[in-house]
Amino acid sequence: MKQKAHISLTLNGEAAEVAFAPHKTLLEVLREDLGLTGTKHGCELGECGTCTVLVDGRAILSCLMLGLDADGREVETIEGMATGGQLHPLQVTFADTGAAQCGYCTPGFLLAARELIEKSPNPTRDEIKEALSGNLCRCTGYIKIYEAVELAAARVRGEEMELPRESVYGYE
Amino acid sequence: MTKNDNNGKPLSVVGKPFRKVDARAKCTGQTKFADDIFLPRMLYCKILRSHHPHALIKNIDLSKALALPGVIAIITGRDLPIPYGILPVSQDEHALCIDKVRFVGDPVAAVAAIDEDVAFDAMNLIDVEYEPLNTISSIEEAIMIDEPRIHEYGDDNNVHKKVSLEFGEVDDGFAEADLIREDTFFYEGNTHLPMEQHAAVAYLDTDEKLTLWSSTQTPHYVHRALTRVLEIPASHIRVIATPNGGGFGGKSDPFNHEIVVCKLSMITGRPVKCTLTREEVFYCHRGRHPVLMHIRTGVKKDGAITAMHFKSFLDGGAYGSYGVASTFYTGALQTVTYEVPRYKFQGLRAFTNKPPCGPKRGHGTPQPRYALEVHLDKIAEELRLDPAAMRRAHLVKPNTLTANYLRIGSMGLGACIDKVVEGADWKNKFSGWKQSVPGAGRGPQAGSPVVDATGSPSPENLSGRNGNRKLPYGRGIGIACSSYICGAGLPIYWNNMPQSGVQLRLDRQGGVCVMCGSIDIGQGSDSILAYIVAEVLGIDPFDIRVVTADTDLTPVDLGSYSSRVTLMTGNAAIQAAERARELLVLAVAEKLGVAIENISLGERRVFDVENPEVGVSFAEAVVLAESKFGTIGTVGSYSPPRSPGKYKGAGVGPSPAYSYSAAIAEVDVDASTGIVIVERVWIAHDIGKSINPMLVMGQVEGGVYMGLGEILMEEMAYRANRNVVHKFPSMLEYKSPTTMEMCDVKTYLIEDPDPNGPFGAKEVGQGPLLPVPPAVANAVYNAVGVRIDEVPITPEKVLKALREKSKGGDGRYGPESIPAVQWPEPLRVLTPAEGGDGREMPRVAVHS
Repeated sequence: MKQKAHISLTLNGEAAEVAFAPHKTLLEVLREDLGLTGTKHGCELGECGTCTVLVDGRAILSCLMLGLDADGREVETIEGMATGGQLHPLQVTFADTGAAQCGYCTPGFLLAARELIEKSPNPTRDEIKEALSGNLCRCTGYIKIYEAVELAAARVRGEEMELPRESVYGYE
Repeated sequence: MTKNDNNGKPLSVVGKPFRKVDARAKCTGQTKFADDIFLPRMLYCKILRSHHPHALIKNIDLSKALALPGVIAIITGRDLPIPYGILPVSQDEHALCIDKVRFVGDPVAAVAAIDEDVAFDAMNLIDVEYEPLNTISSIEEAIMIDEPRIHEYGDDNNVHKKVSLEFGEVDDGFAEADLIREDTFFYEGNTHLPMEQHAAVAYLDTDEKLTLWSSTQTPHYVHRALTRVLEIPASHIRVIATPNGGGFGGKSDPFNHEIVVCKLSMITGRPVKCTLTREEVFYCHRGRHPVLMHIRTGVKKDGAITAMHFKSFLDGGAYGSYGVASTFYTGALQTVTYEVPRYKFQGLRAFTNKPPCGPKRGHGTPQPRYALEVHLDKIAEELRLDPAAMRRAHLVKPNTLTANYLRIGSMGLGACIDKVVEGADWKNKFSGWKQSVPGAGRGPQAGSPVVDATGSPSPENLSGRNGNRKLPYGRGIGIACSSYICGAGLPIYWNNMPQSGVQLRLDRQGGVCVMCGSIDIGQGSDSILAYIVAEVLGIDPFDIRVVTADTDLTPVDLGSYSSRVTLMTGNAAIQAAERARELLVLAVAEKLGVAIENISLGERRVFDVENPEVGVSFAEAVVLAESKFGTIGTVGSYSPPRSPGKYKGAGVGPSPAYSYSAAIAEVDVDASTGIVIVERVWIAHDIGKSINPMLVMGQVEGGVYMGLGEILMEEMAYRANRNVVHKFPSMLEYKSPTTMEMCDVKTYLIEDPDPNGPFGAKEVGQGPLLPVPPAVANAVYNAVGVRIDEVPITPEKVLKALREKSKGGDGRYGPESIPAVQWPEPLRVLTPAEGGDGREMPRVAVHS
């Protein structure tokens, strides 16, 4: 019979324990054993960035990390991004600017963007592109995503900012 | 009321950049995609797929697999003997192959087990004995090789379909031409690559009702396929399309895994899930057809087209899918941008032992659009005309019929061209054509070599090929235009019912629920329903509950394909909402003692326009209406106008409206590496009217992105040995643009409301992809003087063309010829200008 592995971790800020078949990836443990289906998969080979979560504050591909390796670590998934019923500024701007079309890659982008703006509160467009270059999106052409990140970063810095008119209505 | 006047009231929702009604769910991980469904006692399914491209199945031994602990059931083709397929004329698929496999990835057997690992192990214990057959790997082989046949039906051994249509006397048109030019192009196949892998969960409950949750763009068509293949009444089957994690056309066919999980649930009495691996998604495919094309056009000196003859050869892969429609689409829309008074189209679709092709964003039209727009660029060069001005001068006129009987309504392409020409500073960047004039009717001849033998730019050309270059050598600019349908005029199966239905329920607490069979694949169709109903009823879109894509609960909408959803569900929603509005107005007018025509709805109130403070809340209005009329529920439906074309083949191309796009690309080409970097695309899109401009912008940008991927890197490639084994069914090796390759996009929205669109709206989901590949190809020529007549434009092709040019060649990379084909006698149709009535002319005996 299978021997389940057993780990304890900090999951979205709360202590958690989970038992699972030891060969499972963190992605599988999150989705199948912890019921957190907000983390998505696109390839399960580390190619698309869709399964990105934060481990100890760093964006990692949960399909390439064994669940066992999450023992004692701090894991943050999309489900933990809003706190106390308040959406994270990135979640607000992604929703409000149309940065989420089908929404399937969105959790991964949000977590990768979160790591970026926590490390670099005022990222340039090129920094954003580089930080998100491991995440594929087939819907948006990335542009609305850049804009959502810039808007959220500004709001986190406490600056007032709105999207330029041409981003919403096109050029005159 | 017309659909544009909104009962005389200014628009308060339509045209505003509201967030999508489901946007927050998508940003918090709460949206439930098909693979997020976990049901108690659920079994996991794995499908064994053929590793032979073409073989007879001699025997399948399940004994070892069945003996594995945890395996609950295994089925093979014998359990599902009834064929199916999306088109009534191509019922050529089996959920599991019975006696023959036709491509690497064809499904053979399916396992249901207690977990995915056991299912996977059991799948690998199934012994299949194959007898390999020779393969058909290309269009040319399919035409030349009669045996073995991939299918026992079709127009000619391994030729699936041949069509031949002639509108007007094309030869007369060519006789009037000042210049006749011929070109040959190839557009390689590529795939949708949705981020979400297809997934399906089925459960047959104890009341013998079967439910399928699936990431499908076409729940209604899946419903029809299930009742046929499973032989159970449609009333016992419920199909729920889960939000699609990207579709782009790739989830529009009924799929084998959907049927298989249903059958396994019927056998086991337990829920069964199947989620495809990324590799399997590549085998599902139904993506862009590889198309070889030949185009011959006659033009006057000013660029006016006198006649066009277009031939296309489609590599269809192993099954029919939408292929017959795809074939017609490669010939249908050449006539809707520039005036083409006489037109001939011949198309052929071949069966090959590769994953089946089908509809991808733009369905059958990006390939001919690329060919047409590059061909026109070459014509402009021969005629020494500015390619933007030449296009602008010969546009199809609004409210006219084309030679092939497509009814043009609003037509904003002129405005689109003007916007991008101005925005891109075209007149200051495009420097005209070089001095040496290529011979009429032939390919461009060599000018002075622009690179030396090592491929480096020669010094004299660094300042420009013609001495007056405004952009430096290596930088170039190109233009292209396009058009797309706003919904296919005809459904997939012939019927007289509406294509879209909407049902509205108003409850006495003021709640409004919109129910519609449409499925949101990311384009925002759920939100469009909410915005439109909110506009008509004067409430907030976020007050509305939207229930979609559930065959038990929602009226039929045919699905999210052919850019039909905003126009068709939008019109149906307007009708349903108008009917509800009427009931509210009658009840409130009576209560207030105000004339009906003075009642208005807005800001969650129903009130007297002359004394706006006199009125009731929306919820009170519903109570009044329910008291007077009983439970308030209304329906709306939409059927497209009948097409004037009556000839055989006239079913593909008609649409209630056509969207238009123009794009200019600016590129940097490194002549030493062949690498093309697209710096920026200016694109103008004729949307008719934006229901939500922010979502329209997102569709335009996404369309540019996907077009960029197709022109620069995306291709379905097969291994050289037999050219039938997929070279790299993975996201790492199938290159698609990341943030590092995506270009800057400057978008212009042209609003020219169309009388057939809801509030004047036209499509945007597919059209903006179309002009991008040819605009980039034309810009590459402008940058370094080589014509890459084959998509994608990879560095290898650019380098090869540059080297060839440096050796005195014509600097062209692309196909040299087309296969010789015995075409059927064309079906002849007089054009509207010739007094035709849209019907084919009687065939006459032809004596040679």
